[in-house]
Amino acid sequence: MVPLTHYLIFSAVLFSIGVLGVLIRRNAIVVFMCVEIMLNAVNVSLIAFDRYLNQHDGQIFSFMVMCVAAAEVSVGLAIVIALFRNKATVNLDEINLMKW
Amino acid sequence: MELLIFYPLALVSVILALFVVFNKSPIGSAVCLIGMMLGLAGVFILLQAHFLAILQIIVYAGAIMVLFMFVIMLLNLKDDDTKWKIRERNIFLSSATGVLIVGILYKIIDVTTDTKFDSPATVPDNFGTVEVVGTALFTDFVLPFEVASILLLAAMVGAVVLAKSKVD
Amino acid sequence: MIAAPEIDLISLAPVLVLSVFTMLVMLIDLFVGKNKSVLVFVALTGLLLAAVSSFAKTDWPVSSFGGSYVVDHMSVFFTMIFCLSSGLAILLSVDYNKRENIRVGEYYSLIMFCTVGMIILASSTDLIMIFLGIEIVSLCLYVLAGIRRGDTRSNEAALKYFLLGAFATGFLLYGMTLLYGATGTTKLAGIAEALSHAEVLSQPILVMGVVLLIAGFGFKVASVPFHMWTPDVYQGAPTPVTAFMAVGPKAAAFAAFFRVFTTAMPELAPTWEVLLSIIAVTTMFVGNLGAIMQTNIKRLLAYSSISHAGYILIAIIAKGSLATSALLFYMLSYTFMTFGAFSIVILLGRAGKENLELEDYSGLGFKAPLLGLAMSVFLLSLGGLPPLAGFVAKFYIFQAALNEGYVILVVLAVLNSAISLYYYLKVIVFMYMKEPKGDFQISLTPITLIIIIIGLIGTVQLGLFPGPVISLAHP
Repeated sequence: MVPLTHYLIFSAVLFSIGVLGVLIRRNAIVVFMCVEIMLNAVNVSLIAFDRYLNQHDGQIFSFMVMCVAAAEVSVGLAIVIALFRNKATVNLDEINLMKW
Repeated sequence: MELLIFYPLALVSVILALFVVFNKSPIGSAVCLIGMMLGLAGVFILLQAHFLAILQIIVYAGAIMVLFMFVIMLLNLKDDDTKWKIRERNIFLSSATGVLIVGILYKIIDVTTDTKFDSPATVPDNFGTVEVVGTALFTDFVLPFEVASILLLAAMVGAVVLAKSKVD
Repeated sequence: MIAAPEIDLISLAPVLVLSVFTMLVMLIDLFVGKNKSVLVFVALTGLLLAAVSSFAKTDWPVSSFGGSYVVDHMSVFFTMIFCLSSGLAILLSVDYNKRENIRVGEYYSLIMFCTVGMIILASSTDLIMIFLGIEIVSLCLYVLAGIRRGDTRSNEAALKYFLLGAFATGFLLYGMTLLYGATGTTKLAGIAEALSHAEVLSQPILVMGVVLLIAGFGFKVASVPFHMWTPDVYQGAPTPVTAFMAVGPKAAAFAAFFRVFTTAMPELAPTWEVLLSIIAVTTMFVGNLGAIMQTNIKRLLAYSSISHAGYILIAIIAKGSLATSALLFYMLSYTFMTFGAFSIVILLGRAGKENLELEDYSGLGFKAPLLGLAMSVFLLSLGGLPPLAGFVAKFYIFQAALNEGYVILVVLAVLNSAISLYYYLKVIVFMYMKEPKGDFQISLTPITLIIIIIGLIGTVQLGLFPGPVISLAHP
């Protein structure tokens, strides 16, 4: 039996990789993929907790996370396309009309 | 025995996740991400969440990633990222990022290893099957299920508004 | 056979009514062609009916759906605020959309979808529902921020908001997961019950979860250090959407923030109180000092809204029933002041030239004395000068905090109120002391006039006679 701690550390490592990607990548689409890594990492934790608590709440939660991810992706990519029409770039360093 | 399955899966997933971050071409990142999601589906099966594993493959690796691929190819991004470097313009920020990540990771691992969890519960045979999860979804969690439909409708309308080519 | 779940549709009445009207708005949009005023009418009717139907249950608090949805005085009061703010936002958009050529009918349905999300957010007592509510609200706002598709600034605002918002969602979700893992339930009441056992309370992943939750919610309410998106998004989004964002969704996020922290985790209060106090103080300082340096009125109001988030955080730290009513009163008066100020900002703009710099306000006080007076009232109220609504609201929050013994926090907040007067007065100085640079071309339409009058009545009324509303807000 794999101890729960292993799953949690696995999920924490994935989550950190996602955070790292969001912070260092400048391509909007790749940044968004890194957000997906974060959400996936959370799903691992949720399902691992579920297995160890013998419940279904976490699985429902991760079901909802997938649903939200799908919705977010559709809106996010639509935003990227709308931006790309006006300014042919997805590089976040070049998207700087307003100061941060 | 399970450890023998878990470690390779976890290792492959982590390596693929790193490839997503450090790949120069967006398409390469997307392919690695699909691989990582398939790896996670394996982990879910190991955790006896069969329904979620299938959803992970169909919805995540299938639908969502196809959308990513589609947009990357639509925008023809292959050259856009070749100049990519870790923000060399801002060394302070990148080193702060590194410290932050290592710190978060250390803290999380520290915290999770400290936590005393009971040994895994013995679960019934039908744990995580479509039947059981579906039953929970339509009884205890019927409200979130319905609210998710509002979310999807709003997202659909929003995506169409932003992406349609002409406003009448 | 599975047992049929217990479904309490009457509790859900406002959500259902509003959803139906949202879909009606979308359907009618197909048939009306270019003139969208029918949509405005239908949308306002829907909001009104939703506000009325929130009284369908009167024996508060009613908990339904196995403890994941609740109708209590807080959720009903917040539903009122949401319907009011969405109604004002829709009214504010009518002239603006004509001027800026935003002709998508979905604009109104997105605002209403967002309102549905806010009501769900304020009434949920289950982490899954709160997560879904936050996502509905955020998704609609991402789209609304970028709805001027031809304008690069608008696109940019949407993209920044979206990427940072999705990033923050990750943190929020991880926090919720750890909370679920430590307590074994997603229901807020269940979490509170589990935390009353010492062996659960001592789990270190709880602290981690709380920190991540604060980061996630902190982003949604725009508190420092998660505020970076606010000025850019507020500047780039269409002005009515900015006003809406500053009021409704923020109030909804605060409602969920308040509920999660005060009902689910009172046992953990020693941990999060310290963190939240630090965040509240830095939020106030960064918001106010940032606002002083701004020359663009939308950015100035964005920083001002950051500092207001700092004051409201004090209500969460204070907990208790007095803090609840202080939070409700603050959000209501903030709605009136903010919409008033933004309606005048919109009024001064013209097609192609939005006149958003402070310079453009020079001499407004002479050229249009009544408008200048109204703007001064809104700004002074935001700054917290008696006898206006902003003063009573702040006073009430500070009193709640003093009752619980947070003296230093209140002293710092009062100091910040004084700082904030500087930049509000700066705008007024521009309006009354500087020579006008050009001619104002103000076309005051009845709708804008109605919004300004509603804002004025609300600001003055809540300032002079706060009694009735306070007793309504009190549980």
